[in-house]
Amino acid sequence: MGPRSNSRSVGRSHDMLRLPSFRYLRPTTLHEALRMKSDAGPESTYVAGGTDLYPNMKRRQQEPKTVISLMEVPELKATEKRRNDGTVGTVLGASLTLSELSVLPSFRRSYPAVVQAAEFVSTPLLRNMGTLGGNLCLDTRCNYYDQTYEWRKAIDFCMKKDGHICWVAPSSPRCWAVTSSDLAPVMVALGAEYLLAGPVGERVVPAARFYNNDGINYLTKRPDEVLVEVRLPPAAPGAWDAVYHKLRRRGSFDFPVLGVAAWVQWEGEGEGDGNGDRVADARVVLGGVASWPQEIPEAATALRGSSLAPEAIAAAADAAYRPAKPMDNTDFDLSWRKQMTRVYVTRALAELAHRRSTTT
Amino acid sequence: MGSRKKKKTTERRKDGTGMQRQGRSECRVVGTALRKVDATAKVTGATRFADDLSLPRMLYAKLLRSPHPHARIIVIDASKARALPGVKAVLTGTDLPIPFGILPVSQDEHALALDKVRFVGDPVAAVAATSEEIATAALDLIDVQYEPLRAFPDAIDAVEHPDPSIHDYADAGNIHKLIDLEFGDVDAGFREADLVREDLFFFEGNTHLPMEQHAAAADWSPGGRLTVWSSTQTPHYVHRALAKVLELPAARIRVIACPNGGGFGGKSDPFSHEIVVAKLAVLTGRPIKITLTREEVFYCHRGRHPTLMWVKTGVKKDGAITGMHFKSLLDGGGYGSYGVASTYYTGALQTVTYPIPRYKFQGARAFTNKPPCGPKRGHGTPQPRFALEVHLDKVAEQLGMDPAELRLRHLVPPNSLTANWLRVGTMGLGRCIEKVVAGSEWKRRFKKLPHGQGIGLACSSYITGAGLPIYWNAMPHSGVQLKCDRGGGVTVFCGSTEIGQGSDSILAMIVAEVLGIDPGHIAVVTGDTDLTPVDLGSYSSRVTLMTGNAAIQAAERARDLIAPHAARKLEVPAERIVFADGRVFDVEQPEHGLGFAEAVQLAEAAEGTVGTVGSYTPPRSAGRYRGSGVGPSPAYSYSACVALVDVDPATGIVRVPKIWIAHDVGRVINAASVMGQIEGSVYMGLGEALMEEMAYRGNRNVVHKIPSLLEYKSPTTLEMCDVVTYVVEDPDPNGPFGAKECGQGPLLPVPPAVANAVYDAVGVRIDEVPITPEKVFKALRRKDKGEEPRFGPTRFPEIPWPEPTRVPPPWEGGDGTAVEQSVGRTVARHA
Repeated sequence: MGPRSNSRSVGRSHDMLRLPSFRYLRPTTLHEALRMKSDAGPESTYVAGGTDLYPNMKRRQQEPKTVISLMEVPELKATEKRRNDGTVGTVLGASLTLSELSVLPSFRRSYPAVVQAAEFVSTPLLRNMGTLGGNLCLDTRCNYYDQTYEWRKAIDFCMKKDGHICWVAPSSPRCWAVTSSDLAPVMVALGAEYLLAGPVGERVVPAARFYNNDGINYLTKRPDEVLVEVRLPPAAPGAWDAVYHKLRRRGSFDFPVLGVAAWVQWEGEGEGDGNGDRVADARVVLGGVASWPQEIPEAATALRGSSLAPEAIAAAADAAYRPAKPMDNTDFDLSWRKQMTRVYVTRALAELAHRRSTTT
Repeated sequence: MGSRKKKKTTERRKDGTGMQRQGRSECRVVGTALRKVDATAKVTGATRFADDLSLPRMLYAKLLRSPHPHARIIVIDASKARALPGVKAVLTGTDLPIPFGILPVSQDEHALALDKVRFVGDPVAAVAATSEEIATAALDLIDVQYEPLRAFPDAIDAVEHPDPSIHDYADAGNIHKLIDLEFGDVDAGFREADLVREDLFFFEGNTHLPMEQHAAAADWSPGGRLTVWSSTQTPHYVHRALAKVLELPAARIRVIACPNGGGFGGKSDPFSHEIVVAKLAVLTGRPIKITLTREEVFYCHRGRHPTLMWVKTGVKKDGAITGMHFKSLLDGGGYGSYGVASTYYTGALQTVTYPIPRYKFQGARAFTNKPPCGPKRGHGTPQPRFALEVHLDKVAEQLGMDPAELRLRHLVPPNSLTANWLRVGTMGLGRCIEKVVAGSEWKRRFKKLPHGQGIGLACSSYITGAGLPIYWNAMPHSGVQLKCDRGGGVTVFCGSTEIGQGSDSILAMIVAEVLGIDPGHIAVVTGDTDLTPVDLGSYSSRVTLMTGNAAIQAAERARDLIAPHAARKLEVPAERIVFADGRVFDVEQPEHGLGFAEAVQLAEAAEGTVGTVGSYTPPRSAGRYRGSGVGPSPAYSYSACVALVDVDPATGIVRVPKIWIAHDVGRVINAASVMGQIEGSVYMGLGEALMEEMAYRGNRNVVHKIPSLLEYKSPTTLEMCDVVTYVVEDPDPNGPFGAKECGQGPLLPVPPAVANAVYDAVGVRIDEVPITPEKVFKALRRKDKGEEPRFGPTRFPEIPWPEPTRVPPPWEGGDGTAVEQSVGRTVARHA
């Protein structure tokens, strides 16, 4: 899905929704990108791969007058192992495509959950365009919102765009659109950090603090800030492990209706020495059930000190099941989706337990 | 039963054309796997679909659609839109006030809503502008005031509430059509039975989802001739609708069916957008094009009717059916479309697979405030076939019989009449069942697989073309013209429409076979009302049989015209002349002959231009009662299917790793196309079985919930199963070279085979498609709680059925006409 200039193509195929006219800018440094954004003002937006933004623009869910591409900004292309607080972690530039992520040297071995989540996104064609940063900033989704202008007009719009009500929960003051990113729950579970650059400088935020549980203001990022890079914790085989499981109708193409990212830190003497059988720390994060990647602290509590035995897993799955609150705005019926939380959390944790038992 | 009355039920072609070449050994083209004539253009992107058309000074049209499911139009103010620079014309309902519709009995559509809108998406106004962007912007400037009316989101609601009525015509309230047909005394049949079983089923609506969205273009020549290009399966019917609505002589209208990027029945109606671009071309004097968005294609719809069904069957201990009573309620959406025929079809073909000596059918179609339903692949028959085949699976279990065995023991005999007076010719279902039972190792697997794995079987039959045309007339259903060029090339002209099913290739292969020339030397011109003789269209699996027979007749006439001149030149008797390998020669001394081109030149020198025509009219149907027009066909295809499933008991998710399917196609013409059609049918059937559904939000203005390729779930390559296909051949005397259909029938057994396999896997009955994880999960929970392990409908509403039309089945005497039970005596009622 390439960007288009505002010249009209005559006699070409028109068998799809048309993009509105917009100005398209291609900065080649981060500084230039920030300046362009500042000049263009609030009626502008950044774009990376465009696989989320352009379909939304065709449906008039977003109507920027200026679109600023980040794809030629070198600062967003970094991939390196970098010293960070005395440990070596991996840094991923935000404009790496999802396809590039899965072929980074040795990355698949060090961060299998990240690669798994990236490979679960949509189709190969879209992964060739879609980026890490784009997926982490993915607009929240709702099948009252992800519709054409004409469709939305038939229900008199919704509060996320052009209207005043949330059709998912009409008495609610907030928007219930759902986080549909596959990578965001994994980043929260791993405890990754994001580097943001804005007009007043850079800041680093933990992934968990990057998201809000609100379908409209779903990011804490300010509109003029750029997500530059993602900093992953050091890979430490045996010390920690993570998995990602995804529920959707079809094995390709579909957004998650439930994502389960689970991370465990095994007890041990120190880095790379997680030889203990017990869970020192854990995080279970759900995608697709709220407007943000929802961390389930009670599940972590149930796992801490356990050896991921079936009883501990069942307790964690139950803890995840109770607060999960899917709404009637994605594929599948919501009560079944809630039921599946228990099953998918169980399976994700069982995979971690199985991996532990086969590698030690 | 059919066998009791051994009528001679299949007519041989009077002139014997086509029959002499049925021996396989004689055929050189028919039966081979040839690349389709349009394949290279399709895969290289050279094919010009309707939306690829671009004409000088072309305008673009867009339609304003209703945001209300049911409302009266108070006033439309288009003045602001008309004032927008670039806008050339705006149309509203009053510009096109003449109604139209595919069936003569339901002329209930207007190109643009006249006084009422009947679903969200119903076209209300049209704009012609110099660009699509301007046309789109103009739509927002059209002010329409509506008075909303109570909307009906589903059939039961419409049946139970006659007011406000969606249309001012209907059989009762909001019930568009009511049918009650009785063939013998079913209650007597139930009394004779050892077991009587009743079941309720629901088949959800789904849509065709062709890759190509509908598009149409129109041009009005200065001389006053209108040309309309469209992605339509039925140019002849579009031609008729345009003449009617535009009040132009048909002779001044040319309709060209562009190659369809998939049809599946969704491009078989005359549509609003086709009429609108034609009118706008006339008004503006400029060429104009409209291309629908994917969302608009969901509003055109005409897809599978959501159908609620109740079936009651009596059987003997050995599984022999003693009587069947079948009821269906179809959710028709906002307009008639093919709905009356669809409703009849939900009751027509139950009788052609297993003998049913007494049969009663009651069918109703309700108007609702959703996009209109119509014909989708299998037209009205996949729903009752699902019900019947799952119902029989339950019957077999109750009788302690193997379901394959039950079916094999009770097959409708070939060359017989059914209770509802359908004439069955060749009947290969037994061989189909044997193929899939052997291939799937059924006996080793059925009831023997581990929990979570299951195997299920189902069968079906489908028509090879409808016996009657859509509007009453005595003319042929298909015509072919043939022109033999002196260079040796042959052009075949036929009104048929290539929708990807291979109809152009069929014409080339058949003519090549008869004239003994290379199919590559044949040019095929189709789907153009100025150039080609009428073919009724690409629907009801009629094209291969009907155009094929017409092509055989035309080609044999050409052969007969050329042969005497070749014979004279070769100095041999004309009876010894054979056409093969691009030559015309003496059968007794094959080296003694001429090239085909030379033979054509001799004929042309002697007789003038070498051209012939051929046509085809189906045999007269046996039934003569009101309603007997739906169901008869020159030939019935048969299919049997075994599905292997994996059911995850923790989630209810069903995966189908493999399907075995056998299809009785009569005779293969293009082996590659036959395999492709069968596999494509399995694909579409699998989508209907597992996930596809037209979902609406009844409490939110009855909007379509998911009108997009992303959210309307259709299987991808990852969900598609492995398919093992068996082609069963038993040439049918009515088919060209013995061929029967293969493009629709193989879809039918897939959903019930999957449902039966799910039961075998986890012991729950899902009496409703699609078989989604939610439904399986709920049924599994019910099973765990000791409740009925089933998910499905629980009631069939009260319906004001009319007095039944009583038609004695053939074995009870009578002549296929209805009888009226008046006081103490029986009188014949005219059909």
